[in-house]
Amino acid sequence: MSASSTHSRILEVEGLSASYGHVEALRPVNLHVEEGELIAVLGPNGAGKSTLMNAIMGLVPTQGRVTFRGRDVPRRAPAAAAALGIVLVPEGRGIFAPMTVAENLELGAYLLSDKREYARRYERVLSLFPRLKERLTQTAGSLSGGEQQMLAVGRALMSEPKILLLDEPSLGLAPRVIEEILQKLGELNRQGLSIILVEQKAPLVLKLARRAYLLSVGSIAAEIDPRTIKSHDELAHYYLG
Amino acid sequence: MNLPTIISAKGRGNLAAWLLWGLAAAFVAYTFVAGGYLIAVLHFACIYTVFVTGLNIFMGFTGQVSFGHNAFAAIGGYTSAVLTATYGWDPLTAGVLGLAGALLCALIIGYPVLRLRGHYLAMATLAIGLIVYEVAVQWDSVTHGYMGISGIPPLGIGRFTVTSDRGILIFLMIVAGLALLSAAGIRRSRLGRAFVAAAGSEDAARALGIDVARYKLIAFMISAAYAAIAGSLFVHAVGFVSPEVFGLPMVVLSFTMLYVGGIGTVGGPALGAIIISVLPESFRTFKDYQDLAYGAALIVILIYAPRGLASLPELWAKWRRRAA
Repeated sequence: MSASSTHSRILEVEGLSASYGHVEALRPVNLHVEEGELIAVLGPNGAGKSTLMNAIMGLVPTQGRVTFRGRDVPRRAPAAAAALGIVLVPEGRGIFAPMTVAENLELGAYLLSDKREYARRYERVLSLFPRLKERLTQTAGSLSGGEQQMLAVGRALMSEPKILLLDEPSLGLAPRVIEEILQKLGELNRQGLSIILVEQKAPLVLKLARRAYLLSVGSIAAEIDPRTIKSHDELAHYYLG
Repeated sequence: MNLPTIISAKGRGNLAAWLLWGLAAAFVAYTFVAGGYLIAVLHFACIYTVFVTGLNIFMGFTGQVSFGHNAFAAIGGYTSAVLTATYGWDPLTAGVLGLAGALLCALIIGYPVLRLRGHYLAMATLAIGLIVYEVAVQWDSVTHGYMGISGIPPLGIGRFTVTSDRGILIFLMIVAGLALLSAAGIRRSRLGRAFVAAAGSEDAARALGIDVARYKLIAFMISAAYAAIAGSLFVHAVGFVSPEVFGLPMVVLSFTMLYVGGIGTVGGPALGAIIISVLPESFRTFKDYQDLAYGAALIVILIYAPRGLASLPELWAKWRRRAA
């Protein structure tokens, strides 16, 4: 117990596969995340990164097994996965454009009924993203891309997730904004939040991640220790085989 | 940034809103004093406000589609008609039973049908409306088929009945007002936010732990309840019901009201119901060209205010900002 609890696994994915009709988008994949770890899932466009995230969440029909702290995560029941503490910030952010920033945040804590706990989380998210505080009554659709991404992360945090899945948070954002968001994610990780970060732009996240999985045509091609990657060439080797 | 302009534009935008609603209120007041045929038109507008408000909760807030809500109006309407005219029940008790019947049907139908999306959902719901219409035609012993049921008693609670045209109008306006207020309450509630979230992105809502299927069903049932109430109101206000009353034209009319008024807005259904009820009347002077003028007016509205009349204040504010 004592030795294993420091290195216990928060998430374990075993033989998880997904297909759209006859097209196999994800071949059986194995991966794991330790408590408090930030791991990266890298890979080119179309490698199946988003499918993997949706499969873990149970948004698409899958085969295989996902366990959260030793408990089975029900398949095809994303609401149940969210209740366990697995929350996905989807690709393209999935914010609710016609609703205000405050309403979006509120929806993140949809399963919560305790008002004081709600206020605590609300304050926490707004102190993490002060920019959202200035925009509370604006509709989410009127925010800039970076602010929308902050809102998407903030909304996910409102449910106080145990593990946060982020699907390409850098998509369509300026480098400076990406840096700001990654820095916040690092901060959250240091506070103990486990994170799976999906990225196409590998150099951005390798500084942050403890481990990285490289996904290629629907299966895991390699597990990388970012500290051992010394040059772009070496990474390119993984990408290009 | 030029904050003052934005603030003043907002102020003028509100002015446009006041103007819009002021015009509607002035028209209602005028009709009320002048009386005559226009009062019947307004009865109709109030009943449709209730119906379209329900449709708006399902289509506007929750982002689904239904071509079959006339079915629930028919269930409410026929239950009221049969129980009061044939069995002498009190209108309120009969109405409540009709409402319960519609809710039960919505639950049974909605559970399998709401798995469908988009056009498929549209087709399936269309079928519900057609089936209920056919039942109303064929179940002769209860509905009297095409002949319909006449002699339905007027609206009332217990011994108090409303019989005068103006009395009925006041009653219907109160009910329509309550329908709008309740819709506003729903929109602002936890429930309403879940509806709007499901409309925005089902997957994103699911990933946040919102049970989308359940909320779609709840929205379907709530909107069916509004439809049933509208159906009951209709048969009591008119005193007669036949299958044609709840036929396909009802669907077309309510869609027009919803889109012209402003889908997804709280006040839109009322604006749409009033305008669409009154518009054909105001084109009466065009005689043979009445329908043509009516159609042209609809197209103009939907081109220049695609989000409906309820969005006019917003458009006005935007126009002022550009002009400034």
